[in-house]
Formats: sequence, C-alpha cells, structure tokens
Amino acid sequence: MFSYSPLIILFPLLGFLFLGLVGWRLKNEKLIGIIGSGTVGLSFLVAALLFVQMLGLQPEERKHIVQLFTWISTFTGTPSSLSVSVAYQVDQLSILMTLIVTGVGFLIHVYSIGYMHGDPGFSRFFTYMNLFIFAMLNLVLADNFLLMFLGWEGVGLCSYLLIGFWFDRKFDTGGYKPGTATTSDAAKKAFIVNRIGDFGFLIGMLLIFMHFGSLNFETVFGRATVLSVGDKTVVWITLLLFLGATGKSAQIPLYVWLPDAMAGPTPVSALIHAATMVTAGVYMVARCSVLYALAPATMQVVAIIGALTAVMAATIGLVQNDIKKVLAYSTVSQLGYMFLAMGVAAFAAGIFHLLTHAFFKALLFLGSGAVIHAMHDEQDIQKMGGLRQHLPTTYKTFLIAAIAISGIPPFSGFFSKDEILWKAFSSEYGSIVLWALGVFGAGLTAFYMFRLVSLTFEGEGRYGHDVHPHEAPKTMTIPLVILALFSVVGGFVGIPESLLGGNAIEQWLEPVFAPANDKLSFFPHAADVTEYLLMALSVGIAAAGIYLGRMVYLRRAELAEHWKMRFPKIYAMLFNKYYVDEAYDAAIVTPTVKVSETILWKGVDVAVIDGLVNGSAKLIASVAQGIRRVQTGIAQHYATIFVGGILVILIWLIFK
Amino acid sequence: MDIQSYLLLSATTFIIGVVGVLSRRNAIIVFMSIELMLNSVNLSLVAFSAYLGDVRGQMLVFFVMTVAAAEAAVGLAIIIALFRRKQTVNLDDINILKW
Repeated sequence: MFSYSPLIILFPLLGFLFLGLVGWRLKNEKLIGIIGSGTVGLSFLVAALLFVQMLGLQPEERKHIVQLFTWISTFTGTPSSLSVSVAYQVDQLSILMTLIVTGVGFLIHVYSIGYMHGDPGFSRFFTYMNLFIFAMLNLVLADNFLLMFLGWEGVGLCSYLLIGFWFDRKFDTGGYKPGTATTSDAAKKAFIVNRIGDFGFLIGMLLIFMHFGSLNFETVFGRATVLSVGDKTVVWITLLLFLGATGKSAQIPLYVWLPDAMAGPTPVSALIHAATMVTAGVYMVARCSVLYALAPATMQVVAIIGALTAVMAATIGLVQNDIKKVLAYSTVSQLGYMFLAMGVAAFAAGIFHLLTHAFFKALLFLGSGAVIHAMHDEQDIQKMGGLRQHLPTTYKTFLIAAIAISGIPPFSGFFSKDEILWKAFSSEYGSIVLWALGVFGAGLTAFYMFRLVSLTFEGEGRYGHDVHPHEAPKTMTIPLVILALFSVVGGFVGIPESLLGGNAIEQWLEPVFAPANDKLSFFPHAADVTEYLLMALSVGIAAAGIYLGRMVYLRRAELAEHWKMRFPKIYAMLFNKYYVDEAYDAAIVTPTVKVSETILWKGVDVAVIDGLVNGSAKLIASVAQGIRRVQTGIAQHYATIFVGGILVILIWLIFK
Repeated sequence: MDIQSYLLLSATTFIIGVVGVLSRRNAIIVFMSIELMLNSVNLSLVAFSAYLGDVRGQMLVFFVMTVAAAEAAVGLAIIIALFRRKQTVNLDDINILKW
C-alpha cells in the first residue's frame, strides 16, 4: 500500500513541467487553473487515501520507506562511503505534513484561480506554485538529510520567485532603498537572509555525516539513540540545524525577511509564508527530535529564541498598518510558539500548533487577499473600515480565524496554544518565565488581531467614494469557508486529557517522538488544578486582549491616539520594528557593500585581477610590437633566414 | 673522371644559385638562380646514378625537370603579372605582404 506514495510527489512535478513547458502558450486561464490546482488535489487524494489506510495499521507498521533510485554513491567500501538515495519516508509525521501541504495547498491553488484572474503571469504563477509543492513534499517526505536539503533549497527558490512575482512593482520596504525598492528587492532579501540559515544547515549536515557516517534519517537517529545526553558534537549539530531553522522559519535573528516577503501575491503569502514553507524549520526540528533531546543546551536556546520571537513579533504587530504586515508579524510570532514547544520538548504540541496554524493563518491571509482584492490593491487598514457589509463571507471567516488564533475555546488555536503553554510551564525544560512570555504574547496576539478586525471590517468606512468594495468570487470564498471549518474543528484532534479528550494527535505522533522521549525520561503530569487554573488564565488574558482591541478601536478611538502621544518613543520603536532592519543595514549590509566596493571591486577585482589580465596582454602586445619588424614582406629576407637555418642544421649534423 | 669532380661542380653551381637568389634584386635573375640550383641538384643525382649503377637517380632527374618546367611556367607567369601591375621586377619594391 505504501508503494504508491511517490505519486504524491509526482503529480505536482508533472504539473510544473507541463505548465512550465507549454503553459505560456495556453490562453485559457480555466485550463491552467484546473491543471495547476488539480495536480495538487490529486496529491492530496493520494495522501488522504494513504492516511486512511495507515489508520487501519498498527502504530509500528505505519512507517515505510520507498526507495526510488540511488542518487549519490561514492567511496563505496571505505569507511567514508556516502550513499544517498532518492527515497521517500512515509510515517506519522510526514503524512501529517503532506496532508497539510497538499490540503491547504490545494485550497490556496483554487483560491488563486480567482485571485490571479487576468494577471499576465497567470501560468507562470501556477508553474511556480506547483514547483513549490513539489519541493515542499520532497522536504517533508525525504528519508535523508540531503534530499531534505534539496527540498529546503527548492522551497527557498520558489519563495524567491514568488515574492518577486510582480518584479517591477514598487514596494515600500520601510527601510532600505526608500522609494526605489521593487518587489525583487524583497525577494533578494528573503533569499540572502535564508542563505545565512542554509549555511548553518549545510555545516550541520556535514557534521552529521562526520559524526554518524551517514545522512540517512534511520541510520543517524538509530546511532544517536546510543549516545549519551550532552554529546558535544550533537550540541553543535543541533545548534547549526537550528540556525537553518531560524532562517527558514523566520526566528530571531533571521526573521527580517518574512515581513518583506509580503510583497508577493497574497496566495503566496498564505501558502508559503504562513502555512507551509516557514514551518519547515519546525518540522526539521521535530524530525531531528532525537538529536535535540541529546542536547539540552540547544533545547534551552530553541525555547528562549521561540518565546522571545513570539513576544517581540507580537509587539511589532500591534502598530503596523499594512494588513499583510500585521499578519506577517503574527506568523513570526506563532512560529515562535512552535519553537517554544520544540524547546520544551513538547514536539507533538508544536506539530499540533503547526497544523492548526496552517488552517487559521492561511485563512487570515486569504481573507486579507479578498479584502485587498475588494479594495483594489489597498493594504493600509487605516483606509478601510466597515467592510463587513460588503464582504460578509470574508468577514465571518476572518473573524473565525481571528478567534482561533486568539485562543478562545473551542476554536482550534486554543487547544494547540494551550498545550504549548502548559508544556512550557510543566515540562522539565520549561519554566515560569517561558510560560509568562507565552501568555503575554497570547494576550498581544488577541489584541492586535482584533485591532485588525475592527479597523478593517467594523466601524465606518474610511475609504474614498470611488472605491466600491465587493465580495470575492466563488473560487475565492469556497476555500475560505472550508478553511474556516477546519479552523473551528481542527483543534478537536488534540483535546488534552484534562479536558476529557484523547489527545489523538499526540498519540498518533507518539512513535515518531518515542526515541526522543526515551532520552528525556519525562514523568507525565497528571491533570491537576494548576493546569485548569493556567488554562483559565490564558483564556482570560486572550479574552481581555479581544475586549481591549475592540474597545480601543471601535468605541474609544481617541485612546489609541492618546497612547501614541503619551509614549512616542515606544510607539516609534515598535512602528519601526525595533530598528532591526536599520541595525542590520548599518552593521552588516552597508559594511559588506562598502568592503565589496572599495576592497573587493576596486581593489582586488580592478587592480589585481584585471591588472594581471590586462598586464599580460600588454606585455605580449609590446613584445609583439618589436618582433613583428622581422616580417618585412621581402621574400629574400625570408630566404636568407631559411638558408641560415639550413646551414646551422648542416653544421650541427656534421660536427655533432 | 671520379665522382668528386661532379659533386664539386654541382656544389659550386648550387652555391652560385643560392647566392644569386639571396643577393640579386631582379626577379628574372633570381628565377634563373633557382633554375641553376635545380640543375646542380640534377647533376649530382646523375653523377650518383652513374657511380652506383642505379637508374633510379636518373628517373628522379626526369621528375625534377618536369617539375622545373611547370615551375618555370608558373613563375614566369607570376613575374609577368607582377610587372603588369607594378611596372617593375625589383624584388625590394615587392614587399606589401607584411604586417
């Protein structure tokens, strides 16, 4: 039954090849849209079928690797032999990720048919999107680090291509290149920042090969189980891999690319920069959970970075005015929660949050896309308001997503976020500080989400009379409704025992994380009064955040202005995103450019390299200038030399 | 007569031919010098042929004479063409084939 799992990957590849080769000839948007989303839909069907069949198997039978062919095989027979296959591993974790990628991906593809309608790059868009799905599936289904890295780089490439999809459009970066930046600058930023993280991933991978002698997940993790906790090399490996994760999953210090990535079309933001690609880092940490379990120091780093990112991004989200920027910082913040979960060894909780987040964040982005569509490319929420009458479906679904992300029961976000917060409090690696940061961030999340909802959909319209907002077409609203449904019920797969649920997702993932949990040797906490208390507290804080958000921006609009006047420094700091972009610009970008310009370009390149090339050419030219005088054009001179040569040879032959 | 005399004569005429080719400026004279060189070689070939009793040397002479005849035809044609163009057969004036 597992043998057909490569089909999941095959369909998007075929879609990419077909659209890439002949798509630009097709003038029929409908056909392109059906092919582009159909391939992903087929993948989803195969994955769903596989999942249903896996449900019927014993937990230990649910893992299977399909070998396709040997990719790299060198030094066979020696101790340093390297053998990497293109092989796909289906297990509880990867099938879950596959379902998210193809399921949410399919809905977003369908949505894109409506959103990208009339765009001259319609088929190019679907080509890139299919390539992205292909790369992402390689990432989650790979059975070794190298193939995973291939997918990792592939999604980075697609991210770059899609951020810069409208490469000639102006884009306000809010920092560098004011007024002249285009979306391709944002694309470059994303690519270059990711390169730093990928460098860490690469070094980590090489260290894994040195330390374990293989890149195969099974072999590496099998050999890791016999190591003792605190192994030095493993600490370095995990730290370097985590550096890769901070790049891909937009954590401190490499999160700066994600808000700028909003330059891309909104479905791209939903698919790549909210639901799937940015969670690759979380997936990677979960996949390597054994290694992380061996490195408590790294776990601490992961948890702290996650918690700090969650709070910091949320504070920036409080004051942004671009609807997509708010959601982007929200994504960074929620990814922080996932890493917090990873850091406190609550791997299943992190993956659970990844799942619910994929639903409600994709929904939020698609909803914002519908708003932007309706407002004719206006993204400033200060120029919106009162859209609920005009976009009823979008409003309802957006509201559901906002409640879900705020963590109000029984919406999906509540279960996953509360699970993380509880683990941050109760786990051996957790602490009350991490928990407090998490709860604080949750309150901020509720506040900025309802600020967004209030400013966008409620109150009076603040746009000009020439704008006539209208509800989006069916291809856009149907995905919204489906995602809204999942945002509501998605959390039911992980109802904790304390709320009389089976926590199905944790049980489902248990075999994947069992080796890591063996290393950690946790004592399960029985549900006690503390858990209920903390749960009530976090719900209370979320509710307070919602109430504040609605009150300030609906009834007491002067309060926001008042606070802005009262704390101008804090406001400016938040509005300017803690000046991180400026600091990076001053500390890294400008020096790099200056050094490249003065030393590398004008020094090394022009003076040394060009000097060598031009110098040798000049030398030869000046020598030739002298030597060419020999060619007089008079045949007798040549004949003289010829005879002289013969004489020399004769003399040499006679007297040798 | 022994073979040295023939060879000495052959060498002498050959050197006269070489010197003529190198030193004279008139194309016709240079041309004649080349014929001189060819014929001096023919002489030594015939001398060796007789000395060794091998007719292959004489056969080679016929080849040389045939080629020399052809060369004379082509060479004179070139000289005539040159003269028509430049009104001179002075080799020092024919020097445009250079840098």
